[in-house]
Amino acid sequence: MIHILVHDKKDTVGVAVVEGIKAGQELVGWVMEDDSTIKVKAANDIPIGHKVATKAIKKDDTVIKYGFDIGRAVSDIKVGEHAHVHNIKTKRW
Amino acid sequence: MISSKTTFWGYRRENGRVGVRNHVLILPVDDLSNAAAEAVANNIKGAIAIPHPYGRLQFGADLDLHFRTLIGAGSNPNVAAVVVICIEQGWAKRVVDGIAKTGKPVTGFGIEQHGDHDTIMRASKVAKEYVQWASELQRVACPISDLWVSTKCGESDTTSGCGSNPTVGSAFDKLEPLGVTMCFGETTEITGGENIVADRCATPEVRNQFMAMFNRYQELIERHKVDDLSDSQPTKGNIEGGLTTIEEKALGNIQKIGKKCKVIGVLDKAETPTKPGLWFMDSSSAAAEMVTLLAAAGYVVHLFPTGQGNVIGNPILPVIKLSANPRTVRTMSEHIDYDCTGLLQREKNLDQTGNELLEVMLRTCNGRLTAAEALGHREFVLTRLYESA
Repeated sequence: MIHILVHDKKDTVGVAVVEGIKAGQELVGWVMEDDSTIKVKAANDIPIGHKVATKAIKKDDTVIKYGFDIGRAVSDIKVGEHAHVHNIKTKRW
Repeated sequence: MISSKTTFWGYRRENGRVGVRNHVLILPVDDLSNAAAEAVANNIKGAIAIPHPYGRLQFGADLDLHFRTLIGAGSNPNVAAVVVICIEQGWAKRVVDGIAKTGKPVTGFGIEQHGDHDTIMRASKVAKEYVQWASELQRVACPISDLWVSTKCGESDTTSGCGSNPTVGSAFDKLEPLGVTMCFGETTEITGGENIVADRCATPEVRNQFMAMFNRYQELIERHKVDDLSDSQPTKGNIEGGLTTIEEKALGNIQKIGKKCKVIGVLDKAETPTKPGLWFMDSSSAAAEMVTLLAAAGYVVHLFPTGQGNVIGNPILPVIKLSANPRTVRTMSEHIDYDCTGLLQREKNLDQTGNELLEVMLRTCNGRLTAAEALGHREFVLTRLYESA
C-alpha cells in the first residue's frame, strides 16, 4: 500500500494518495523519479491529496515539489507534518 | 495500441475536416435571440440550441472575439448544419457568411419585422430539413491524423499532477508523432512553470510569442487583483484538494503536455490552428470558457483531467473526464469516463494509462457518448474581453 507519493528525489513534500491518514501512522512513500521507497511518520491527520513534509523545512525555505519551487515556508515544518496554506505561501502575485 | 494505421469512424465534412459528432446547431447571435433558438430546438428533435448571454453593444476586439467564437462554433466539424437566429438580419448574415465558408448548410433569420412566432416557424422548417438530411450522413473510416484533440483540466488537486494530467501527457506524446493537431492553454495556470513551457517551444519566435502572451496576462492580473489571488488561483476547490500555491498548480497543470511534445505555435482565443502538432492557446483557465474557445477553434474531442470533480460538458465538443482521485471516482462516478487511480498505487504506469485513455478517446470518437453528454452538460460560455459600449 502506497500512502504518499513523491515526484522527485529533491522534493521536500509528498502527496497523500489514500483516504484517512491519521496522526502517528507510519506512511510508505513512493518516489516516482527513481522508483524508491521512503517511510515517514504522520504528525497530523492528512486528508487525501494534501501534502506532508518528507524532509525538515525551515521558515523561509523554498518548498520543492516536482523538483521545482512551489513557494515559501512561512513557518518551520517538521518531517511528517501537514504542509499546506497555513505554512506555505506563493512567491507570485 | 495506437499507431499511424489507427482509424476512427468520423463524419468527413464539405471542407475535408472530420467531426466525431453530427449536430444540427440552432445558434443565437445575441441574448435576445435565445428564446426563439430554444423554441426551435424544442420543436425539432435532434437540434441543439446553444443559448448565451452576450452579443449586444460589444465593440472592437471584444466584438471580433464574439463573432470568431460563434462562427467557429458553427464551423466546427462536429456540426453538420446550422440555423442562425439574430435580432438583426445584418449580423445574422455576418455569422452565416462566416460559417458558409466551410461549405456546410447554414441559414440565418432576423427577428426584427417578423417577431418570435414567425421566426420560430420559418427557422423550425429549415431545422427540420437539416436534421433529416444530417441523419442520413454516414460515418467513414478516417486516419488518426484527421483528429484534433484538446486538453484543459479542472477542479484540480494534487492527484491531477500525479495521475490524470501526466496520463494526458502520455497520450499527447503518443499522438504527436502521428500528426494529430493538439492544444493546451490556461495562460495564468502556467505561472510558476512558464520557463518549462518556454523551453518546450519549437522555435525562438514561438517562445517569444508565448512569453508575450504570458506576460500580458500577468499584467492583467496585477492591474485588477485586490489580494494575492489566493482564493481564485488556486481556487477554494483546489485548496480543499490539497493544492497550496499557483506554482504547485501550474507544475501539475503542465504535466498535460507530456515529456516530448514541442509547442509549435501559439493561438489567440478561438483561433484555428494551421498545421498538426501541439499549440498553446492564450486563454482563461475557467473550464467552460476555455472549452468553448477550443470548440470554436475547431477541436473535435477534449481530454479533461479532474481532481475534485469538475462536471463540465460542451454542446459541440465531447469532454472526456479522467480522474486519479479515488474519492472523486467513488463519490462522482457518473461523471468519470476513465479512472486512472491505479497509477497512484503503482498498479499501472503512465504508458498503460496513456494507452487506456486513448482507447476511451477512440471509442468516444466512434460515437460512444461521454458522461457529460449523457448527463446533458452543454456549457457554452463566451469569453468577454471588456465592458460593452
